Formats: sequence, C-alpha cells, structure tokens
Amino acid sequence: MTSRRTFLRGSLGGVAMALNLPLLDLFLDDAGTAFASGAPLPVRFGTWFWGCGMNPQRWIPSALGKDWPSTPELAPVELVRQHLNILSGFNVVLDGAANHPHISGVIGMLTGGVPPKPEDVPAPSLDVLIADAIGNGTRFRSLEFAATGSPRHSYSLRDAASRNPSEVSPLALYQRVFGSGFSDPNAAVFAPDPEVLLRKSAISAVGEDLKRLERELGSHDRQRLDAYLTSLRQLEHQLALQLEAPPPLAACRIPDAPAPTEISADVDRALDNHALMADILALALACDQTRVFNVVFSYGASNLQKAGNTTGHHQLTHEELVDAKLGYQPEATFFVDRSMEAWASFVAKLAAVEEGDGTLLDHCLVMAHSETSFAKAHDVTGLPVMTAGRAGGRVATGRHITGSNDSATRIGLTMQQLMGLPVERWGMGAMETGSSVSELFS
Amino acid sequence: MTSPKRNLRVSSFVVGILLLLGCRDAPVEPGPIAMRRITADQYRQTIADVFAPEIKVTGRFEPDSRRNGLLAVGTAWVSITPAGFEQYDAMARRIAEQVLDPEQRRRFAPCLPANPAAPDAKCAAAFVRKYGLRLLRRPLGEDEVASRVALAAEATKQTGDFYAGLRVVLASLLVSPEFLFRVERAVADPGHPEVLRLTDFSLASRLSHFLWNTTPDEALLLAAERSELATDAGLAREIDRLLASPRLEAGVRAYFSDLLEFDALEDVSKDTLVYPHFSRQILEDAREQTLRVVADHLVTRRADYRELFTTRNSFMTRNLGLVYGVPVRAREGFEATSFAADSPRVGIQSHVSVLALHAHPGRSSPTLRGIFVREALLCTEIPAAPANVDFTVVQDVANPDLKTARERLEAHRTEAACESCHRLVDPVGLALEPFDGSGMFRATENGVAIDARGELDGKEVVGPAALGEALRDSEAAADCAVLGLFRYAFGREPELGERAFVRALEGRFEDSGYRFSDLMREIATSEAFRTTSGPREAPAAAPAAGKEIG
Repeated sequence: MTSRRTFLRGSLGGVAMALNLPLLDLFLDDAGTAFASGAPLPVRFGTWFWGCGMNPQRWIPSALGKDWPSTPELAPVELVRQHLNILSGFNVVLDGAANHPHISGVIGMLTGGVPPKPEDVPAPSLDVLIADAIGNGTRFRSLEFAATGSPRHSYSLRDAASRNPSEVSPLALYQRVFGSGFSDPNAAVFAPDPEVLLRKSAISAVGEDLKRLERELGSHDRQRLDAYLTSLRQLEHQLALQLEAPPPLAACRIPDAPAPTEISADVDRALDNHALMADILALALACDQTRVFNVVFSYGASNLQKAGNTTGHHQLTHEELVDAKLGYQPEATFFVDRSMEAWASFVAKLAAVEEGDGTLLDHCLVMAHSETSFAKAHDVTGLPVMTAGRAGGRVATGRHITGSNDSATRIGLTMQQLMGLPVERWGMGAMETGSSVSELFS
Repeated sequence: MTSPKRNLRVSSFVVGILLLLGCRDAPVEPGPIAMRRITADQYRQTIADVFAPEIKVTGRFEPDSRRNGLLAVGTAWVSITPAGFEQYDAMARRIAEQVLDPEQRRRFAPCLPANPAAPDAKCAAAFVRKYGLRLLRRPLGEDEVASRVALAAEATKQTGDFYAGLRVVLASLLVSPEFLFRVERAVADPGHPEVLRLTDFSLASRLSHFLWNTTPDEALLLAAERSELATDAGLAREIDRLLASPRLEAGVRAYFSDLLEFDALEDVSKDTLVYPHFSRQILEDAREQTLRVVADHLVTRRADYRELFTTRNSFMTRNLGLVYGVPVRAREGFEATSFAADSPRVGIQSHVSVLALHAHPGRSSPTLRGIFVREALLCTEIPAAPANVDFTVVQDVANPDLKTARERLEAHRTEAACESCHRLVDPVGLALEPFDGSGMFRATENGVAIDARGELDGKEVVGPAALGEALRDSEAAADCAVLGLFRYAFGREPELGERAFVRALEGRFEDSGYRFSDLMREIATSEAFRTTSGPREAPAAAPAAGKEIG
C-alpha cells in the first residue's frame, strides 16, 4: 500500500514539473505546517454548486483586482472576502452544440466537454480526476452531500454510469463518517477490530470472480467492471486503514451526532441541513477522512422552494417578470441571495477550524460555481465562479479576476494544477486550453 | 379488417421467414447483451426468496438511472460507485449475520459440520454450491467452490467458528459482481453455429426477472440444469408456469412502477401551505392504488390493456377518499370501488399518483403532464431544444395578469423555437387541468373557471374523460405498450434487425385483444429473447480530455 506520505510526495513532484514553480518550499517542515508526525498537512479540494446562477449586473464587481467593490448579490460574502477569489467572464463554449438547459453549463465546466446529449458525460468530472490523484490515501475517496433531499443531486461523475450519490441527511453523513469504521486519530489506545480482517478477506475473495468475469465481457461491460473494481479497492483500502493506528491530528474533533431533521427542498430546511452537513464535513476533513468533497446546495434548475409560494426557484427564473423599476426578478433573486449566504457560511465554517498555523480553509481549495449566469436565458457565458482557501499557500486570494470571455476550462485546468496534477492542457474541442489562470497562483 | 399497417407487418414477417428458414419466429437479427445491475426491489425479493422474508435488508441503494424511459434500461449502463459499494458491503454483512446467527443457521445451512469450531470442507462446499447457484444464478465451477471453501476455512481458523467461515463466504457472494449484476452468457447454437443462444441458466434468469422480478426459483433452475429450456416444449411449459403463478403480479407491478416513474414519488414534496391536505401517506396510498388497479385490470381480469386509460375501477383508503372526495367504508387498508359515471377520474392517468408526480410543488403543470403522457404512454420522442436557442425572447411576458396555467403557457408558446415542443406536449396536459398540483379536482384556478380543452394528434379532447378515450383509441398507445415491454425485457432499445419483430409483436398484441400477459408470453417465447449478437461493445473512445506531461 502506498503510504499517505509517499503519495503526497509523488503528486508534489508533478506540480513542480507542471508549473515550474518552487512550490516544494511551501511543504517544508516549518513549524505549524505539518502533522505532529512530520507529514505535511494535506491539501483538500472541493466543489460547491448552486443552481440557477445570478443576475450578472448585480453580481459581477465593477473593478478587478484586490479592491473589488462589493455588489448587491455578493454582499453576503463580504465577511469572508479575504478568503475568496471572484471569477467572472469565463464561458462554456457550445461551439454549435445544443444548449441543454441547466446541464450543458455544469457538465462543460466540470468535465471540459459539452455533452452532445443531455445524459452524456464527456469525461470524468474535475473532482474525480483530482480524487484519483489525492484521494487514494484516505478512508473516503470523496464525500458528497446535497441540501435538497435527493441523492441524485450530485455532479461527481466518473462517467455516465457512475454518479457518486450525495448524502442528503446530516445524520446519515455523520454515521457514514464518524460511525462504525472510524478510528479516532487522537485516541490514547488503538485496538483494531478483528472483524476487519474477516471483512477484508470476504471482499478480496471477489478478486478471482472479477478476473474470470472480465474475460467474458464486452468492452461496454469491462468499463463498468473497472468502476466496480475501483469501488471495491476503495473499500479494501478503508479496511486496511482500520488495521493501522492513524497518525494523531490536532485539528480532529468528533462532533456530536445531529438529531434527525426534516429533509426537503424548502429553502429554510435546505439552509439548515446544509449548515449541519457543512459542520460534519469540516470535521471529516480535519480528521483526514477524505481530501475531496462535493457539495450541492441546490441542483441545476434549482428545486428550491419558499413555503407558501406556488412557484419555485427554477420556474421563477423563467416566469417572473423583470421588475421594471428594480431591473431584476425579485422573487427569483431571493434564492440567489440565500445561495450566496449559504456559500459564505460554508467558507466561514472551514475557516473556523484551526489547523496548523492557520485554518482548515487555508489547506483547502474550494470551487463554487453554477450552471448558468442569467438563468432566465439559460446563459452559459460569464458563468459565476468563486474559489475559497489558499490550498496550503499555493493560491493567492482576495481578488476579482476576469476570463475576458475565455473558456471556463482554464479554471478547471488551474484547479488540477493547483492540486498537483501533472496536466498542461485540458478540455475538449473548442474548450481545450493550455492557459491556466495565472492570477490564482500565489 | 386489414389495415395498411397490418399488411406491412405481414409482409415483413414473411420476408423474415424467408431469410431464416426453420425457426418459429425467425425475422430477427438479435441485439447485444450487457450486464444489468439488480434493482433495489430485485435485491430485496431475491433475499426473501433465497432465504426468508424475515431476513431484513437494511441500507440505502444507489440511485438508479433512467434511460429510454425506463430504469430497467438504465440498469444496463450504470456501474457501482465507492459510496454504493460501501452500502452493498454493509447490507451483505447484515444479511449474512442474520442467516447464520445461532437461531437461524440450522434452517439455512444444508449440513452440520463435524466440529462447529473447525473447518469442514465438505459441509462448507455444500453451502457454497447451494447459495452460489441461487445468488449468482448459475452453478459455480469447481475452482470457484474451492476458493470459497478455502476462504471459509481461513475465517474459521481465525475465529474458531465454522459458521463465521460461512458468514464470510456468504458476505463475499453478496458483493460479487455476478450477484450485483445479472450477467448473461451465450454460446453458439450447435445446429446453427452462426446463432448465439443464451445459456440455459442465463435464459432462466432473464425469464424470472422479466416475469417475476426476482431470481429464478428452484424449479426453474432445475429445468435449466436438465436443458429443458433449450426445447420449445420445455420452455413453453416453464413460461406457462411462471405466467400462471400469483407471482406474475409482482412482475407486472415492477414494470408499471418503472414505466410510471414511481421511484420519483420518493422525491415529491408538496407545499403544505398551498395543499394543506397533502401528506406522504397520501402519496404512498396513491402509488399503491394505481398499482392495484393495473394488477387487477391486467392480471386478475385479463382485460384490454387500452382500457387502463378509461377504467373507472379503483381501490381506496380512507386517506385517499378525502383527496378523491368519495366515501370509504373500510377503516383500514384498501377497498374496491369504482368512480361514478360523471366523475373526471377516468383511467390511471387521472390518478393522484400520476397527477401529483407530474406537477410542481405548489401548482399543476400541463407541460410536465403532457411530457409524461407523450413519452411514457405514447412513446413520442420529444426533440431537445434546438442548438443556440435564445431563451430570453421566450419569457418576455408583457401582461402580468396571467391567471391560469393555460394563459401563462400560451404567452410562453408564442415563440417559434419553443412552439414546436410545447405544441406537442401542452395541449395533452391541458386536458388534465381540472386537477391541481396535488391531484385534487378543482373547477377554478385563481377564481377563473378551468378551461380543459386539449388536443391529441389533431383531435380536440376536452377534459380527462375525453383524454382517456383518446388514449384508448390511439394506435400509438397500444404500440407503445409493446415498445415499452420490449425495452423492459431486453434492457435496451430494439436494434434495426429487431424492428420487424417488434412490428410482429404489435400485430399479435392486437390479435390477442390487447391482453398484456399474452404480450409477455409472446416476448418470453420468442427467438429474439433467447438469442443475441454477443456482448455490447463500447463506442470508440472519445478523445482524451487531458494531456499529461512526459
């Protein structure tokens, strides 16, 4: 088994090669930037998605750089602005392909390719590529949660056959992470459960079935069996971790189990469940249970709903009149404001966990994004994107950056490079790019 | 009466026979096979059948994926994610613990070990053979038995418990890809080496999942083992047995749950400020109501499939009675009832389950309902929005006083780019406007009388009853039943070489008086059902998304 430490070293070598930047310096064993055991603090990657975009004229700041003036729809993120970058002017390039409403924008952003048909997934999503590189050492390759109640609300896709389902209940997320199978890294005594060995042999016995089966299958099924095998190996790895004493982690704390909550697309319930799951996720990261996560606050074509209103977020974006005096749709924009508040609270929660000489957020790179800019028009140009966190010092924050109508794959490429993947070009067709967003590098 | 369409069916049938002489249903070039992930229902039913209904299956299943209108087709495309595998593993362990706990083990283990604290290769092998056959739906090879017996011995040595060994073996069978996926195999027909025929065990599994939605029972496995399914007579006998069994109802319900998208009912929530009467219990009762009507109509009464769209027969609980506005005598459970002759509740498309599912949380949606009727009941392909549509022009609604859904939609439909799709779906859904977003009857919306004028294929239909009659008389609806059941049985769209077969099925369905179980029999006994072109191959790989250095 590759140890966590060698894995990180391997990927760091890749960064140095790909970017030709002296990033290795950041990972020297300076006081406070390392585990007590001497291994560097891990850098985590996450995505945070909200549906139905924003109103460009109310969201995009009027100036670039550090001193971007606040805007009505970014007001909720003012308190955490030092942790963020605001990215505007990046497009999903349809290049003659159909704009599948509420799908093309997000699939283009995350996979680097526009889907010919709505169900197509042209390539693995960004988080899966990153998890394949940095997620192998932890108990979970990645964790997904959605605040709107459906496990299908997930954009973490290995391919069209494998969509990593979202946890939808705070209690279920808690049980998955901190329930059976969790070893407290700070426990005084480590006593492995002998049952784990039996479990491991039960799963490993399947290996022979696989070899036999693979010879009989066509290429369509072999690809599916590969995904099955990846999943099986992940569980084997989880079990192997349970047989080792985990290294102590100063930032790790076990939360209390949340009470069962009402789960629905009512925006107040979604905000509550999002907050509870964000707390659990922050500690799952601090306890190094995963290094990759994906949050869906609301899905594309947002089904968020305000109690007592006959029309939900998505329908409002299409049917509500643009208020002549205000110049926007006030009812639909209500949900934009709630989404930005949720995002700001998510960032604040990661920033509230102290880790090393900084915070958990300092060791994260989170990309927030939506599937449209102006949802009423299903517009996939000028998509709203934000990053949060310094990725262990690799990212400069606090700026408003414009893509000047470049392909949004520049962002995805940069995310991969910042996370240490040796990638110099990314994207398909008109979306292929070799140009990273240099302003993001510190 | 011979319609032009029937003539076409006959002629293509004849050509097919000429092409492939000697086979009963020859006009078919069969399509590919792909493994299918078992559904949550199939998993649960299989465990209940192989062990006992008391063995609890606890855990979450990975969401299924809908393709060509059916989850059954999606099962031939989905794989298993890490989160899904964790869940399968946890379920497997909980099942194995229950089956082999000290109370139950005598019931399920086929033998007693010589020493309960030591490995016993003979007894372990008997266990592996028995449950391997039931769970993987084929006999295990000797090397497969040996490797699992070795696994059991290893676990027994570690724990000093023979049954702990069996527990590990059972858990490993339950996470095997051949349990979680139905893997079908084919071999060349000895008489016609160019024809690939499903193996007896693969055919048994395909039949059982198609007709009963579960793993083959012992009688069917025995017929497979004795090569009886390879003969027309033996196959017909088993199919007759499966069709005559009370378990056929489970199979028919599974198909209609899938077709009617009832899995999505779990995600339905209604705004209780708008619909204060609404509850999860009502939704669950409504689902059961529709499935009861379907099973009663198609299985018990063996009635005309097309009359599902006009039947007034129903089943009610007290809860449902409140929503439907009908008195219910039974204090608990369902009672058979029928809607009055002047009731707008005509056919399953007027049930609360369907109406509430295809609506928004706080209001009705003629568009969503129209899409459902078009896609699920009529198999109309609704084209995707054209490339680069400027959606901004659609929504420039100048008039803020659009009170009814009809007015809102008409404003929305004036744009040519959108009109093509909306004209296809909205008029169908408008006929169902007398039902609000929760499926309750209403005469007005926002104080304006409901106008229930709709249209289906150029014919005006006013209100739910007329829509039901139009669906009953629609040739497309009957043909769609054939196409839907084909997709369900084969896990895919018909291939080009199977179109003549589908046409022939349409004709025979008509000839049978639209008896659904006869259609099931036609498919199950067909040559297409038993043969294949081989494993499905993936399309050529897409260009690489990323380039690595070096």
